[in-house]
Amino acid sequence: MTRAAAGGRIDRSRVLRFRFDGRDLTGHPGDTLASALLAAGVRRVATSVRFGRPRGIFSAGPEEPNAIVQIEEPFPEPMLTATTVELYDGLVARGLSGRGRLADRPDPARYDAVHAHCDVLVVGAGPAGLSAARAAAADGARVIVADEQPEPGGVLLGLPGGVPPGSLAPPGAVPSGSLGLSGALPLVSGESAGPPGAEWAAATAAELSRLPEVRVLPRTTVVGHYDGNHLVAVERRTAHLGAAAPAWMARERVWRIRARRVVLATGAHERPIAFAGNDLPGVMLAGAARTYANRYAVLPGRRAVVFTTDDAAYAAALDLAGAGVRILAVADARPGPNGRWRERVREHGIEVLAGGVVAEARGTGEVTSVVTGDGREFEADLLLVSGGWNPVVHLFCQVGGTVRFDDGLQAFVPDTPPPAVEVAGAARGLTSLHDCLADGAAAGTRAAEALGGGGSRAGTGRPGTGRDRQAGGGSPERRGGVRRAADGAPQANGHALWLVPADDCSTHFVDLQRDVTVADIRRATGAGLRSVEHVKRHTTAGTAHDQGKTSGTLVPAIVAGELGVHVREVGVTSFRPPYTPVSFAALAGRDRGALHDPVRVTPMHGWHVERGAVFENAGQWKRPRYYPREGEDMAAAVLRECRAVRGGAGAMDVSTLGKIEVRGPDAAGFLDRLYTNLMGTLRPGSIRYGVMCRADGMVFDDGTVIRLAEDRFLATTTTGNAAAVLDWMEEWLQTEWPSLRVYCTSVTEQWATVALAGPAARDVLSGLAPRLAADAADFPFMTWRDTEVAGMPARVCRISFSGELAYEINVGAWHGPALWSAVLDTGRVTPYGTEAMHVLRAEKGYPIIGQDTDGTVTPADLGMEWMISKKKADFVGRRSLTRADTVRRDRRHLVGLLPEDPGLLIPEGTQLVEHERLPAPPVRSLGHVTSSYLGAGLGRTFALALVSGGRDRIGDRIFAVLDGGQAPVAVASPVLYDPEGARRDG
Amino acid sequence: MLLIPCPWCGPRDETEFHYGGQAHVAYPADPGALTDEEWARYLFFRDNPEGAFAERWSHAAGCRRWFNAVRDTATNRIHAVYRPGEPRPVTG
Repeated sequence: MTRAAAGGRIDRSRVLRFRFDGRDLTGHPGDTLASALLAAGVRRVATSVRFGRPRGIFSAGPEEPNAIVQIEEPFPEPMLTATTVELYDGLVARGLSGRGRLADRPDPARYDAVHAHCDVLVVGAGPAGLSAARAAAADGARVIVADEQPEPGGVLLGLPGGVPPGSLAPPGAVPSGSLGLSGALPLVSGESAGPPGAEWAAATAAELSRLPEVRVLPRTTVVGHYDGNHLVAVERRTAHLGAAAPAWMARERVWRIRARRVVLATGAHERPIAFAGNDLPGVMLAGAARTYANRYAVLPGRRAVVFTTDDAAYAAALDLAGAGVRILAVADARPGPNGRWRERVREHGIEVLAGGVVAEARGTGEVTSVVTGDGREFEADLLLVSGGWNPVVHLFCQVGGTVRFDDGLQAFVPDTPPPAVEVAGAARGLTSLHDCLADGAAAGTRAAEALGGGGSRAGTGRPGTGRDRQAGGGSPERRGGVRRAADGAPQANGHALWLVPADDCSTHFVDLQRDVTVADIRRATGAGLRSVEHVKRHTTAGTAHDQGKTSGTLVPAIVAGELGVHVREVGVTSFRPPYTPVSFAALAGRDRGALHDPVRVTPMHGWHVERGAVFENAGQWKRPRYYPREGEDMAAAVLRECRAVRGGAGAMDVSTLGKIEVRGPDAAGFLDRLYTNLMGTLRPGSIRYGVMCRADGMVFDDGTVIRLAEDRFLATTTTGNAAAVLDWMEEWLQTEWPSLRVYCTSVTEQWATVALAGPAARDVLSGLAPRLAADAADFPFMTWRDTEVAGMPARVCRISFSGELAYEINVGAWHGPALWSAVLDTGRVTPYGTEAMHVLRAEKGYPIIGQDTDGTVTPADLGMEWMISKKKADFVGRRSLTRADTVRRDRRHLVGLLPEDPGLLIPEGTQLVEHERLPAPPVRSLGHVTSSYLGAGLGRTFALALVSGGRDRIGDRIFAVLDGGQAPVAVASPVLYDPEGARRDG
Repeated sequence: MLLIPCPWCGPRDETEFHYGGQAHVAYPADPGALTDEEWARYLFFRDNPEGAFAERWSHAAGCRRWFNAVRDTATNRIHAVYRPGEPRPVTG
């Protein structure tokens, strides 16, 4: 065990049992899986993906590239970082090499979504974030603070002076301690002027939570920052409770937050240095080791060497030394490290190697010794590395902020912020606690005051509240690049050391998760790549699920070194959401299963379900595809349904067809402009089939138009296109023809419609509607009548989509089930579904827009020249029908196909060629099959197809390209059944 | 996600809107009088500037009204919204 006897923010009164890689281990509340593993002496956690090298715990946060684990119990979850998994009782996990395993059973947990608005969203509850939130709230702003940790404080949680959670400092007190980000002298425990940082954070968050207009969200990671300050965050509500999680509570919630102003207080990530063996378990970021020692009371090793390029690691060294780790040496790459630091560590008997580097970490399986640049070998099990700090600019860049390279900090820092976004604290390169507190407060005040009217309740001279108006104004960093600590001591600038040169750089790891080394980057630049984006794609550096949080500055710096340019000229790769991985379950939220997409059903749906209909989706609609009887498969059922329509009478629920009422004095003229044929000449009482084109002349939709009155039409649309047609009409009315007095109203759901088709349809209808004069002379094709059907007011249209004598009976939606039952209760009518409807219409060559067309088909291609009015001056698309491309003779025409084998059903989508045997590629395609069925009326299989110059090929033999050879087919007219139309009138 | 100020409803999430491409591309008064090239220019050619761009939007899941917006395509900032038929405002 390497747990210290006392200290840390863990609850030692409770023991949590967990299992890792088959070993039963224990930890405490407050632990992460990583800290518990380190406390248990587990060094090797995972295996690298490319080289199979052992990997340990490298960091203490979401930047972790190494310790990737699979949770097995209580519910499988792949590829989590051990550093961000809060420990719970009953956790079972194992280390991964590369990919994890998704659960093979449905996730029983609930996921939810929240939409929120606020004046100021503060991202991060470290010193800068909490100060910002307090300042903004004091100015009257509605504030949300989101932080990824279970408790507020950020970096403060890893500082010394750990006290048990729950102890509060007096509100408003200024915390003490050094962030360890810079050369500010660390005020270690006992020397502090104020309360320990974690206490201050807890007190400040508690103070904020008491305010009615402030919401503090712990365990909430903001993963995306989008235009207009729309931010997406994921709140983990119950994962840390394991099996004890209450079932009623959502496991995770996705927050979609619209904020008027945003303060990004996202902190900084420490970065590694590339040297030989820098991936071995036992090599750890210095700040992470400090966090393990202070926050979790865990000693990550017994004998340590420190390798640093700035002052940050000294604070870690001292804290670890104080906790009992023997620090053998500090290799400081700078020739002249800060004298005060050197003095201080020497007081602890620690040797400082000025200008020193670590050349190699040695060991098999884990670090056992460290070799410095001067050839000395230290027997050590821990190597702390600090190559400097990278501001976490991910969200800032996602939303369009630009970064610049700061030579003092040797890192990319925020430059031009996007509108209404502030960056505060370490996220913009500040390094002392005092500066971060002041900067956060200033940013919070600026954000609140920018809202206008927010500043009325603002206090003045409040401790830690800056009054800078100008973004970044007055910050130490902007003062000519010379940073000063709070105590006035000059701070050493960051020192550029990205890699320790060596002949063999094949174990100088840059991206630990992707196993990318300096050697790989050299190969990329050696191959001529100069853009860091190309190097990223070539080497995969930065593409793992950590998205290069630790390698993000190292890669461009090494590329710059290879190219002999400054790193600022190389720049960074794009930052894209999400900042940390998000589960699909969280994004889906409640939109799963039946709630995935709204389901639309007709009034008669219950009947269809009761009779065992098999449904198909048509857009959001559920439509009966066929009604199988005992022992029938789909083919048998469809054949029976088709025969019933051709031989007697069938009924179909066609309520889903789109219905739009077009009304107004200019309605007729309006429809004339949209349909290719004349609608203005239609008489009330009559019906006309119509086709609409887009302006490019391609068929967009078709349907019947009923003239109800001089100023009133009902246009029907295809089921899937109803909304698009209404949009189309409204667009033209509003944007091009606003002077037309026309109103369009969707009435699809106001009507229930039953198609009654077949030679017996008239008899059946007459029985149901005794007052209707139904014979062919009184009620001719393409007219409609208002009457009563089965005692219900109904509008009956004589239209046919099957070639048979047919009617469409429309009643109010409420009466739909009664009408349907009345029709079927005659005992003479067979219900049929969409599949039979498709077969029947295809036998007649009626195209389905969207199945037989694909947005590249003109009315003429469909053989509908007769639909194109010669009398109208214009309609939408008309001009396109005489373009050179649309009058080509070899355009693809809709034709029928008859396979020579009358039993062969050619799959839809099959390509058609001229050749019986395929020549060497390229082979010209003649077209493709759009519809294919076994026809009841034809007694054989047939198809519809779009074929190049198809109407000139009628009678030709062409070939369908099938698996296993070409099948010969005869090109035919698309109207294969009853071409003379004898059956239409019964 | 853009926050789009519908001139009738006020600021709403982008998901409520439908994009309608470049604004001020009027349907020609007499398409039949145009050459193939002129007609093709109306059909297929649109500007694609980096910077201010006047474009059409429809508040499809709201008031269902069309309007025009001047949006900076580089920053996604919306400088102005105005109703169909109104001239493009001068924006900075």
